[in-house]
Amino acid sequence: MEREENKIDVIVVGGGPAGISCAITIARAGKEVVLIERGKFSGSKNVFGGAIYAKPTREIFPDFEKSAPIERKTVEHKYAILGEEDATVVSYKNKKEEDAVSYSVIRGKFDKWMAEEAKKEGVYLVEETVVRELIVEDGYVKGVRTELEDYFSDIVILADGVNSLLAKQIGLRGELSPEDVALSVKEVIKLSPELINERFHVNNDEGCIYQIFGGPMLGMLGLGFMYTNKDSVSIGLGVTLSELIEKEIRPYDLLENLKKHPEIAPLVKDGELAEYSAHLIPEGGFKKVPILFGAGVMVCGDAAMFVNNLHWEGTNLAMISGKIAGETAVVALGKGDFSEHALSRYQEELENSFIMKDLRTYKDLMSGIQSRTSEFLGYYPKKINSFFEMFTTTDSIPKRQKYWDFIKSFFTDRSLSEIFKDFWAVVKLLWSILVR
Amino acid sequence: MSNLEDKLYTVKYTPDSESHLRPVDECCRVCKSKVCTKICPAGVYEWDEDKKKLIVNYENCLECGACRIACESSSLGWEYPKGNKGVTFKQG
Repeated sequence: MEREENKIDVIVVGGGPAGISCAITIARAGKEVVLIERGKFSGSKNVFGGAIYAKPTREIFPDFEKSAPIERKTVEHKYAILGEEDATVVSYKNKKEEDAVSYSVIRGKFDKWMAEEAKKEGVYLVEETVVRELIVEDGYVKGVRTELEDYFSDIVILADGVNSLLAKQIGLRGELSPEDVALSVKEVIKLSPELINERFHVNNDEGCIYQIFGGPMLGMLGLGFMYTNKDSVSIGLGVTLSELIEKEIRPYDLLENLKKHPEIAPLVKDGELAEYSAHLIPEGGFKKVPILFGAGVMVCGDAAMFVNNLHWEGTNLAMISGKIAGETAVVALGKGDFSEHALSRYQEELENSFIMKDLRTYKDLMSGIQSRTSEFLGYYPKKINSFFEMFTTTDSIPKRQKYWDFIKSFFTDRSLSEIFKDFWAVVKLLWSILVR
Repeated sequence: MSNLEDKLYTVKYTPDSESHLRPVDECCRVCKSKVCTKICPAGVYEWDEDKKKLIVNYENCLECGACRIACESSSLGWEYPKGNKGVTFKQG
């Protein structure tokens, strides 16, 4: 009796970008969908850099720019290669009005907004509810068990984030290892809009993204980031968990050091800490993508390890994978077939999309860099800075001699075999990205 | 070095009366690295040498899950806090 009352078409676990996009796709097709969020509201357990990407977001919310809580439109991407004290910064600026690539947002506001939109379109949102396990009968996922009650459905979609204990429970995913995730810590620092405009050389509502290499993370598989919000700056970094374990480093100590770096310190000076946060980033890439579907179940977003770490894409992969899972659920409901075979459409559509194509393109990226971390993220960033140090120093030493000294240093710093290994790693990596 | 307490002071928590993090004492006693005491971004874990036991300041947990994956013996009992408990990020 109770079971019939609690039966709906689809249950989506997790009210982040993947889950919301999935649920709204299903609701728009006229099907019943319950979205279960463990936090007090959607976004309350979520952390990212962050910016959301305009085009993928429009695929789910065509007019989001009119009403969503957006902070600033990104007009500049800066790549800062930090030495111990010095820095080389490359910047790309594009102010074309019509071409918004991304917007900085605050997840606590933006995800909440997305969830409200989903509710308007018929999604039943259940907040403050943790799904403890999946109900499996006759090889089919048939529902979810929460602390209070059981809910039943034809399909359950797991958008429960990087830790996805549920995908693990039913064997779609094995245990993550410390090489597969980056631990990220972040601070949101309050600054007046005027100060932000001044320090980042932007106008009102325009923003800037910093991608930071080196500095306190020199030689480590870690990157820093900075995003401008309306009246705050988000600054943080992510380091592969295995690296933190091996070096016994506290992630927030690295962040403190990053904030003290001469390139960064003036940007956040005198700002007041509004919020500190931490989160795991799934970084395993293509090789660590779990089994994505089973009878009555699909996995999307971070739970499926859908992150493109080179391009800092995650929310877009989450949204689009959620949408594809939602479309697949609608097709399956139409046929009344929830078998593994029926839901394999999800995998096929993912393979046809940029999601699996991009993950495949970068399948060897992490292992390639991990094999030469101290070189690619330590030695060479330092060399870039020492080149500019050489180039800008005026000291009455003839320039030709300086150039040759710099070139020679590559061969005296390290052995020839090391240089060869770097070269080979780069060739292999480029081959894997560009060819196969 | 950095004042973690000041950082955690900015985070909104609704603590539960019982811990959602449950280390297995026998495993901790023989654990060499005590890695959870080092990598946790909220400093949740401290080793009590006298009692040979982990102190778990679960109220400060940011729910990232790093400790679960880092745990040397994969023995740490880790689950999400109850639906209305734990951390609430306003900025995220």
